Amino acid sequence: MPAFLENPRLRGGIHAEERKHYTSGHAIVRNFPLPKKLYIPVQQHVGKPAEPVVKVGDIVLKGQLLAHSQGAISSPIHAPTSGKIIDVKDFPAPHPSALPVRTVIIESDGKDQWLTTHLPSDPFALDPEEICTRVGEAGVVGLGGAVFPSAVKLNLGRKNQIHTLLINAGECEPYLTCDDRLMQEYAEEIVSGIRLMLNGMQAPKAIIGMEDNKPEAFRAMQAASLPFANISVEQVPTRYPMGWDRQMLRYLTGLEIPADGRATDIGVVVHNVATAHAVYKAICLGQPLISRVVTVSGTAVAKPGNVEVPLGTLMSEVLDYCGLNKARMARLVMGGPMMGDALPHAEVPVVKACNGILALSHEEIEEPQTQACIRCSSCVTACPVGLLPLEMASRIRANQLDAAVDLGLKDCISCGSCSYVCPSNIPLVHYFKFASGELVKRQQAEHKTEQTKRLMQDRNQRMERIRQEAEAEALRAQEARAARAAQQAAAKQQPKEETA
Amino acid sequence: MKSKLISGPHVAATRRVDQIMRQVIVALLPATAFGLLLFGWPALYLLTITIVSSMLFEAFCLKLKGVAAAPYLRDGSAILTGLLVAMSLPPWAPWWIGVMGAAIAIILGKQVYGGLGQNLFNPAMLARVALLISFPIEMTTWVNVSPLFTGPGLIESFQLIFSGMETSDAITGATTLGLIKTGFSQNLLLPGVLSDYSGILAFIGWERGSLGETSGLLLLIGGVHLIRQGVIQWHIPVSLLATLLLLSTVFHMIDSTHYMSPWVQLNSGAVLLVAFFIATDYVTSPNTPLGQLVFGSGCGLLIFVIRSWGGYPEGTGFAILLMNAVTPLIDHYIRPRIYGRYRNGKPLDISNP
Repeated sequence: MPAFLENPRLRGGIHAEERKHYTSGHAIVRNFPLPKKLYIPVQQHVGKPAEPVVKVGDIVLKGQLLAHSQGAISSPIHAPTSGKIIDVKDFPAPHPSALPVRTVIIESDGKDQWLTTHLPSDPFALDPEEICTRVGEAGVVGLGGAVFPSAVKLNLGRKNQIHTLLINAGECEPYLTCDDRLMQEYAEEIVSGIRLMLNGMQAPKAIIGMEDNKPEAFRAMQAASLPFANISVEQVPTRYPMGWDRQMLRYLTGLEIPADGRATDIGVVVHNVATAHAVYKAICLGQPLISRVVTVSGTAVAKPGNVEVPLGTLMSEVLDYCGLNKARMARLVMGGPMMGDALPHAEVPVVKACNGILALSHEEIEEPQTQACIRCSSCVTACPVGLLPLEMASRIRANQLDAAVDLGLKDCISCGSCSYVCPSNIPLVHYFKFASGELVKRQQAEHKTEQTKRLMQDRNQRMERIRQEAEAEALRAQEARAARAAQQAAAKQQPKEETA
Repeated sequence: MKSKLISGPHVAATRRVDQIMRQVIVALLPATAFGLLLFGWPALYLLTITIVSSMLFEAFCLKLKGVAAAPYLRDGSAILTGLLVAMSLPPWAPWWIGVMGAAIAIILGKQVYGGLGQNLFNPAMLARVALLISFPIEMTTWVNVSPLFTGPGLIESFQLIFSGMETSDAITGATTLGLIKTGFSQNLLLPGVLSDYSGILAFIGWERGSLGETSGLLLLIGGVHLIRQGVIQWHIPVSLLATLLLLSTVFHMIDSTHYMSPWVQLNSGAVLLVAFFIATDYVTSPNTPLGQLVFGSGCGLLIFVIRSWGGYPEGTGFAILLMNAVTPLIDHYIRPRIYGRYRNGKPLDISNP
C-alpha cells in the first residue's frame, strides 16, 4: 500500500475477547505441592536435544545438571527437585499428537534439597562473556513460547553491537496473565535481570514494551526501572498480535526487520520479560531454570490462577490442583487460545515453553460450521504481515502450493488473526500449517530422490569400475597365459633343437 | 473431551455470514419501506414475488447440486439478492419481470459459477442489465408517485401486476435521467428540461424511479450505518462518489447546459444504492484497500461516462459489471506489502539505510 493507506507503526491485528480477568487479580501461587514424580524431557528448547548425564538409580539434588547441552544451539536441563532417577525413557511430550520424546523421570524425596552453588559477589561486575556462560549453563531459554536458548541471543547481541534490547512484555494472547503477574510481583528482580542482559550484550539501552491493558504491571515496572535512565517502559495498544516481536518492534521503534534477516541485523535483540526474570535467578541466585509461572485458566477450572510449577509436573496434576471439571473440558490447550496447541490429554509434563494451560469448555470454543468464503477480506485487514489469507487458502485447496508460496505463505506467522475474524469460520491457519508441512514433506521427498539418484550413480560407477577391473584382470591373465605358453613352447623347442 | 488435530485459534469472533447478510438487509429496509410507501401495493407484490422466487431458484439449484438447501438458504444471501433485484426494478413491473430477474440473478449470476462467493459479476446488477436489454419497455415504464392507500387497492394491484398494466401516460412518466436523455435528443438544453425538478424532493426520494432507489437520504443513512458497523469499508463508496462528484462538477462548470449538476447526478438513478450496497459486494470487489479505491473510482468514472456520452440514460449497472470484470486483474496487481519486504516481494535492504 502507498504510505497513506498503511499505518507505518501498526498493521492488522484484532481485538480478541481478553478474558484475562479470570486470573489477573490473584497473586502467583507459590506453594504448589511437590509432585511425587517429575517427567523432564531433554528437548524443551529450539535446537539439539540435551544429552543425559545421569543414570537410572542416581540420586540428584535440586538444580543439579541432568542433561548437558550439545552443539551451538542447545540448552541444558536441570533437576527441578531432589530425588532419585527412576527412568530415562520415551514419554509423551506436550505436543498436539503427544509424540514421545526422551524424558528423565525423577522420583522426588520430598526434601527439595538444593545443590550448593557459589554466587558471584557482585553480579553486575561480571564479564559479559561470564554472564552469557552462566545464562547458558542455567538452561535459560526464551519463555515467551519460542524457547530459543537465551545465551545464544545474548552472544549474538554482543557480537553485533546492538543498540536496543527490547523486552517483550506484550502478553497479547487472551487468558494469559503469567507475565502480568510476574511484573506486578517481581518488578525489581526483572529490572535486575534486564540490567544483567544489557551487561551481557554490552548494549546501551532497553525498552520494555507492554500492552496498555496491564496498568498495575506498568506502574510496578516504571517504579522499578526509575533509577536506571537507560531502561524505559512503554505502553503499546492492546491489539493482538502485539506480542509478535516484529510488530512490537515496529510500533516502538519504527524499524522493520528484513524478511530474510534477524533482529540483530537492525541492532535490536528481543527477549521476553519472563526470560529476564529467569536470567536474574540464574545469576543472582544461582538457580537454573527449573520452574516457571503458568496461567491455568478456562471455564472448566474452578480456581483459575497463576501457579509456579516445577518443570516436569504433569499437567493433569496442575489442573487437578486448580479444580478441573473434567466433564466441562472440551479442549485442553497449551499456551494461549490463539496460537496454543490443543493437546490430546493432560498426562504430559509442563515444559519451559508452557506459559498457559487452558481447559476450555464448549461455550468458549463454540465451533460453527465452515461456510463458503464470501471474499469479505476481513482476513486481509486482520493480517499483521500483509498477506492475502483468502487467496492463499484457495490456492492450497486447489493443491497449488507453489502459488501459495508466491503469495507469501512462508511469511505467515500462524498468529490466527485471519481464522479468528473469518465470518465463514474457515480454518485458514490449519490450511497454512498443512501447506507448510506438505512443502517440508515435498522437500524431503526431493532430497530423498536426489540421494537415491546419487547412490544409483555411484553404484553404476562402482559396477563399471569393477567390470573394467575384471576385464583388465582377465586380459592380464590371458596375456600371462599366452606368455607362459610361448615360454613353454620355446622351452620345448630348445631341447629338440639341441637333440636335433 | 474429544481430541482432534486442530490448529489454533481455539476461539473465534462472533460475526457470521448470515449475520452480515442480515445487517445489510436491515440497512436496506428504510429505503425499501419508503419505496413501498411511494408506489403502493403493486410494489409490495413485486418485491414479494422477486424475493420468494429468488429463494426458490436458490433451493432448486442447490437441489440440482445435490446438497441440503436449508443451511444455504438460511445464510440470507438469496434474500438479499432478491431484495436488491426488486429494488432496482420499476415499481409496477409485471410479475414475470421479478421472476426473470430472480432467475437471472440466482441461476446465471451466482449458481452457475459455483454458488456463494464464486461469482464474477454482481448478481443483482447482472439481472438488472439483462432485463433492461431484453425488455426495454417494461424496464423503463416508470409509474408516478402514488402513495400507499391513495393508489390502487389490494385486488386492483394484484391484477395490475399479474395481468399486465394498462400503460397510460396519465400514470407514468420519465425518470430524471430519462427526461434529460430525451430532452437532449429533442435539442432541449439542461436547465429547461428539468423545469419542475426539485433537488430536495429528489434527495428525500419523492420522485419516479426504481422501487428502492429513489430515496438518496435513506440509502445514505443505511450505507453510513453499515460502515459504522464495520460491515463494509469506506473505500469503495467514498471513491465512487468522490469521482462522480468531481467529474460532474468539472463538466457542469465547463458546460452547464449539457452536463447535469453534481447534485442531480448523485440523487438520480441508482448511484447511492450502488455506491453503498452493490459496489461494496464482497465477492465481486477487490480485497485490498488500494484495490477498492481503484475499483470505486473506476465505477464512478464509468457511471459518469455512460450517463453523459452513452446511449442509455442510466449507467450504473453497466459500470458495475465492467468493473466487476476488472476486479481479478486489480487483485492480481494490487497486493499489500508483506512485512520485511518491498512491494515487489524482495526482502528489505538494510545495507544502505
